[in-house]
Formats: sequence, structure tokens, C-alpha cells
Amino acid sequence: MKKSILLVATVLIFMACTEPETNPVPENTIENKDLKGQSSVSDDSSEKNVLQVALGSKDHTTLVAAVQAAGLEDVLVNAGPLTVFAPTNAAFDALPAGTVEDLLKPENKSKLAKIIKFHASPGNYQGDLLKDGQRLYQASGDYVQVSKENNEILVHGAKIIATVQASNGVVHVVDKVMLP
Amino acid sequence: MKSKRSYLIILGLAITIIAILGYGCENKASTSKSGGALSSDVASQVYVPPGEYDEFYGFMSGGFSGQIGVYGIPSGRLLKVIPVFSVDPEKGYGFNEETKPLLNTSHGFVPWDDAHHPELSQTNGKTNGKWIFINGNNTPRIARIDLSTFETTEIIEIPNSGGNHSSPFTTENTEYVVAGTRFGVPYPQKDVAINSYAENFKGMLTFVSVKEEGDMDIAFQVLLPAFDYDLAHSGKGNSHGWTFFTTYNTEEKSTLLEVNASQNDKDFIAAVNWKKAEEYIKQGKFKEIPAEYAHNVYDEKSHVATSTLKKSVKVLTPEDCPGLVYFLPTPKSPHGVDVDPTGEYIIGNGKLSADLTVHSFSKMIKAIENQSFETTIEGIPVLKFEEVVAGVVKDAGLGPLHTEFDGKGNAYTSFFISSDVVKWKLGTWEVVDKAKTFYSVGHIMIPGGDSKEPQGKYLVALNKITKDRYLPTGPELCHSAQLYDISGDKMKLLLDFPTIGEPHYAQGISADRIVPNVKKFYPIEENTHQYRAMGEKDARVEREGNIVHVYMTTIRSHFAPDNIEGIKVGDKVYFHVTNLEQDWDVPHGFSVMGANNAELLIMGGQTETLIWEPKKEGVFPFYCTDFCSALHQEMQGYIRVSPRNSNIALSWRLGEDEEI
Repeated sequence: MKKSILLVATVLIFMACTEPETNPVPENTIENKDLKGQSSVSDDSSEKNVLQVALGSKDHTTLVAAVQAAGLEDVLVNAGPLTVFAPTNAAFDALPAGTVEDLLKPENKSKLAKIIKFHASPGNYQGDLLKDGQRLYQASGDYVQVSKENNEILVHGAKIIATVQASNGVVHVVDKVMLP
Repeated sequence: MKSKRSYLIILGLAITIIAILGYGCENKASTSKSGGALSSDVASQVYVPPGEYDEFYGFMSGGFSGQIGVYGIPSGRLLKVIPVFSVDPEKGYGFNEETKPLLNTSHGFVPWDDAHHPELSQTNGKTNGKWIFINGNNTPRIARIDLSTFETTEIIEIPNSGGNHSSPFTTENTEYVVAGTRFGVPYPQKDVAINSYAENFKGMLTFVSVKEEGDMDIAFQVLLPAFDYDLAHSGKGNSHGWTFFTTYNTEEKSTLLEVNASQNDKDFIAAVNWKKAEEYIKQGKFKEIPAEYAHNVYDEKSHVATSTLKKSVKVLTPEDCPGLVYFLPTPKSPHGVDVDPTGEYIIGNGKLSADLTVHSFSKMIKAIENQSFETTIEGIPVLKFEEVVAGVVKDAGLGPLHTEFDGKGNAYTSFFISSDVVKWKLGTWEVVDKAKTFYSVGHIMIPGGDSKEPQGKYLVALNKITKDRYLPTGPELCHSAQLYDISGDKMKLLLDFPTIGEPHYAQGISADRIVPNVKKFYPIEENTHQYRAMGEKDARVEREGNIVHVYMTTIRSHFAPDNIEGIKVGDKVYFHVTNLEQDWDVPHGFSVMGANNAELLIMGGQTETLIWEPKKEGVFPFYCTDFCSALHQEMQGYIRVSPRNSNIALSWRLGEDEEI
């Protein structure tokens, strides 16, 4: 009886006072790197944002992979407005062999990010707002030139072949990868 | 016997366990406070136990609510909503007769505004806890809130302005608060074609002087090109005497600015030498220009605000005043302009750029001495970019908006598009840390973070978008504030809390700079309200034609008088209610059935007036709306309304037996 009481008491003491130290309650520390940004918001009913437009296109799987590798998903779902010139898979395929694979390597993340930002303008540049001779300031900090030939709009030499509205801007599908 | 002994043993052991438990737990609590094993537990960092005070006050603008929310930091507890530019039926603000004049303007009574930038008053560049100023954007105004009462005590309208955004941003000793127009407007205001913008529109910067005891006055205005003056900050230390304003739309366009105002590679930061302006004013180099604007002042003794329409302003023109204004070219539509605690660095947050441009004040002065001008615009020299730039913070994020400082050589910049706060080093321009915000951060705030002496323990990010952060509340969601611990090398997210309206910008200050001066009630003997009732013996009802003045008092738990008869349909009844309480936290409320306005919420020693215009005959109850006491429910009364032609005599009573 005494033994069992002592045992219970010892267990109680152990639980009460040493348990937090030997088996600490998970700390509520929040590591920035673990936190997901706005691209993790789940919303199936709103109009698609730029990222969702790209994710929904079978012709843009390379671009999506590049955006993810560059860690720019949150930028493309932000309030914007953004104009994104979205090269097709074929456009990426036209780059010299090995270019895409090389850019997707973790050590080239910032180089890749720079290229993707070169494809985005802060602002909502619908087709009729793009004028021959106009310069667009890109998120990379560079300017690109707009030209119009035979009713075709070219941006930094890439032709707009389709346009998709997005909730936070507009996606112009282009036939070439634009390089700074 | 045996069982009794075992019982005693159990009891003894139980006592021992409790004692050890108690000891052990106390020990742990003290460990966590002294920074032991649980010091990294963020919950404990923001937990302010019931009954204890927060370390800081946070004043967050309500944005489109027109008010200021007062929060405790670090807990995020909402302490008070101060009505400023918008009427507030909860407090009767803008509904009672006393505060209506505060919202008067040259456009008449304006019951709403968009309040963006709270700014604490300063002494020697340090927040002094005396007042907080805030701008009204829509109908340009600046308000001053007294931090001994947390009430709006003064509002001045800004003429020749449209969209008072770059405001109020104080100088080092609150010599001035400023008001730069965000929208160019015709000068003087007139009926012209909108597409004559470039020729007929102007941009005005206004310097509002603040006297020792408050009392704002438009000291002078500076007439500039019709750019959009976006934000401002005044110099400090060596740069004291200057105020810096960012501009966009230097293209001077009036339509589709989204595209048309983003064409120029560089816009400007306008550097205004206000000490020089003072000299020019003394020399009489100004033009006295007709202008109509309201100056509204609330008197704490009479508890009444008065509104005065002023008729002219002194305007300085750069062409006539050399050395008054310079333009510092700054890339891509700079939004915030922030001056570091030393006063040397002027940071232009080019919102379309990926980079931050940092100008040097001493280089600027040298460039002025050397006349290193690129060109001159309307008499304003444009300094050569390379002659004023001190450094560039490269590729820190996308969409830089605002920068604050921790006083330890670090700057923190918000990036809207990439939803980040980025910490970087002044002088080396090196990015040292990045923290995510949830989502789309606008301004950030460090207590004292735009002053000479930041209290750099916490940073608050003020977010525009919350989407999935809280339980959904339909299409309209709250905005949010996020608290980061910035005491270490890395920013650490601690807390995320919803705010009222839009927490556009904020100010923070350690509580010890405010708490000792906070009033608990208004001394009744100082009350000079024209319709005060200094005691129940003063309570009465007077008629002047169809106007009836009810001199009413409140004390726990009755009104005096509480029965009023002889009121007629068509009368204008003014309930002047004096709260006789001289005790902490005992306001009384007053509401009467059918009132077309709001309630009164009267602090101890204060008199407030509600106008009531009865349209129907009958007997209508009134009651106290603020739960004042155990007999609060009994704090009620009746007012009888008779037909227009009735002969019922005016009478009132309290406590006399009812006639049987």
C-alpha cells in the first residue's frame, strides 16, 4: 500500500514538475520560412489570378515551374495590378538546349527571378493600352519596348498571341522568352 | 487504525506534492519571465496579463473610417476609437451641438473623411506624448487630438489643395505640420477644362504652424507645379529646417494615371527649406491670396467647439524665392519619403521600382552650393541625381512603399507587391533580413520610428488584405496589423490582429510618455458651458418661443429633471446634459425616443447638448445609455409632448410623488 502510494506520488511529482522540461510543449515560435504567403489562399470561386491562370494552362507548365523555382508565387497573386507576358512551353523549348534546366537549378534562383520579373509590369496594360513605341517599366527594373506591326503587338520582340484576363491584372501569352 | 494511518500518509504526501508542485511551477514562471526555456514562446511575448498595462500605445489611423484606433502594444488590444473626421453616434461626436462645428468646412458640414497618417508631436525630435495629428484626405484638413483626453480638439481646413495625403508629418519641435496636395487643382479654383491640366492646375504645399498650447494656423503655402505630392517627412538634426515631399505624376496627366503617370524614369522629391520660407515671409515676399477655409477649435472648459471661416493665405512662389525649393530626381513614382534618425539619409521608396534610392542631405547641400543642377522647372532647380544619391538598396523586393528606423542603424522597408518587410543597413545598403506579411503590407510602424529617437523593440506591419487570415465575414474583410519583435537580428512574427477601418499609417509611443497626463474627468468647477447646470438646483427648463432649453444633470442614478411637461409638437428641444460625476470612468449616456441624431455620452464634469424635435404627441421615455451603476436601469425619465395649440404649462420635476 505504502509502496503504491509512494509510486503514485513519485509519478505525480515527476509529471508535475519535470514533464515540461523533459518533454516541452511545442513552442509557439513562428519561423518565417515556414509561413506560406498569399499563394496558399484557397479560393475556387473568385476570378482566377495571374498565377491561377498560368497554373490552369497546359501550355505554361515550364513558366509555372520557373515561377515556383524562383519563389515568386506570392507576387503573382498579390493585389497587383500586374501585366504578365507569359511565354509558352514552346517558347521555352526554343531556348538553347539546357538553358531552362540550368535556370531551374537552386543556385540560379536570383538569375531566374530576374528573368521572370523582366516579364511582368506593375500596371494593367490591356491590349489597347499597348502602343507602338511605348516603353514599359518591368518589375526587374528594366524597360522593354512595345511595337505594333500589322495589327500584331510585340513586346521586346515577343509577339502577343493570346490575352487572358486575370482578377489581378492581365496575362498576355507570348511566343518568345524575353531576355534582358 | 491502519486505514487511518494510511490516510494520514496519503495526506502528508499530498501536501508534499502540492508544495513541490507549487514551488516547481513558480520557478518555471520566473524562468520564462527572465528569458529561460520559454523565452522564444511568442504567445508569452504578447501576453499582457489581465489588469496589466501594455508597454506601448499604438495609434492606428482608421483610414476610410476617418477615425484613429488606439491599441495596446504588444497585446493588440483595442483601447479606444477616437472620432476625428467622421461622425460617431456612439459618442454623439458630430451629432451633439458642441462637436458639430469641428466638422465644419468651407463646403459646410462634412461628416466623413479619409484619415491616413497619425503623427505624434515631438520635442527635439522625440515624441512627447502631448498631441497626435492626422490628415483628412478627401476634404483637405488636419486634426489635432489632445492626448490628455484622447479627444479631437482642433481641425483646420487646407485651402488650394485636393487630397491632403502628404500630411501631417511634423517638424522636430512641432513648429509645423505640413499638408501637400496629392491632386493638382486649378489655382485659384475655377471652372476650366480638365484637359487644361498642365496650364491651369497647380500643386500647393502648406505649412501649418502649431503654437505651444496647440492652435494651428496656416503660416504659408508654397506654389509648385501640379505634380501629385504623395508623402512627406521633415528633416531632423542637420536637416532640421527642411521638409521633403515625394511626387508622382510629374507627367502632369489627368486621366488613366495608372499608365500615364508611370512614364517618367524619375519623379522628384521636393526639398523645401522652411527656415528660408520664414525669412521670405518676414521680408514680405509673399502674396496674400484670397482663400476660404475653416478653423475649428474645441474648448475644453466650455466643452464647445467654434468654427471660424478664414479668408486668405500667404503664398510663396519659388521664382520669387530662390533657395526655397529643390527637386531631387528619384526613380519611379516614389511613394514614402523617410528621413533616418540622424537626418542625413532621405529614402525615396520608388513604388514601381525594385530598388530603394537613398539621398544624402549633406550631398544635397553640397550640390546646391555647387549649383549642380540638371535643369530648372518653374524656378525650381533640379539637382543632379548622381550628386545627391548616397546609395541604392538593390533588389530588396517588389513595390517598396515606406521605411521606418530602429535607432540602431537599421532601416525597415515595406514592399507591397512582394508582401515583405525588409531590414537593411543604413550606410552599407545591405539587406540583412526579410519577413513575410499577410498580406500586402502598406505602411509599417516602429514606435518613434520616424523620429530622432526610435523605440525600436517592435515593428507593426499594416496590411491591406487579409483574405483567409481570420474567420470569413462576407465580402468585406477586416484589415490587419502584424506585430514583429525586432529586438534581435531577425524579425520575429508575434501576433496578427484585426483593426478598425484601414490601418493606413500608425504611430507608437511608450506608455510612460502619455499615462501620467491622462485626465480622469473634467473638473466641474471649470465648466463654462453656456447651458451648464452646476448642480441639481440649477436643473430647469426654459422656453424662448418654440425653442426649449432643458438644463439637465446626471448623477448615479437619475436625471434632474426626469419628468418634463409642456413641450409642444414643433418645438426645438435642446437637452443640455451636465454630468455631475467627478469620478473616474463614470460617463452617463442620454437618449430620447425618436431623436433623429444619436445619443449623448457625457464624461464627468462635461456638458453636452442633443437637439430633439418632437413630431408626435405623446409621452416619450428617455434613459441613460451607459451602464453607470447598479440602478442604471432606473435611470430614466419622461417627456410629455402636447399639441401645438396646447395650454399645458411648462413644468419639470424630480422625485415628487405622482398625483393620484
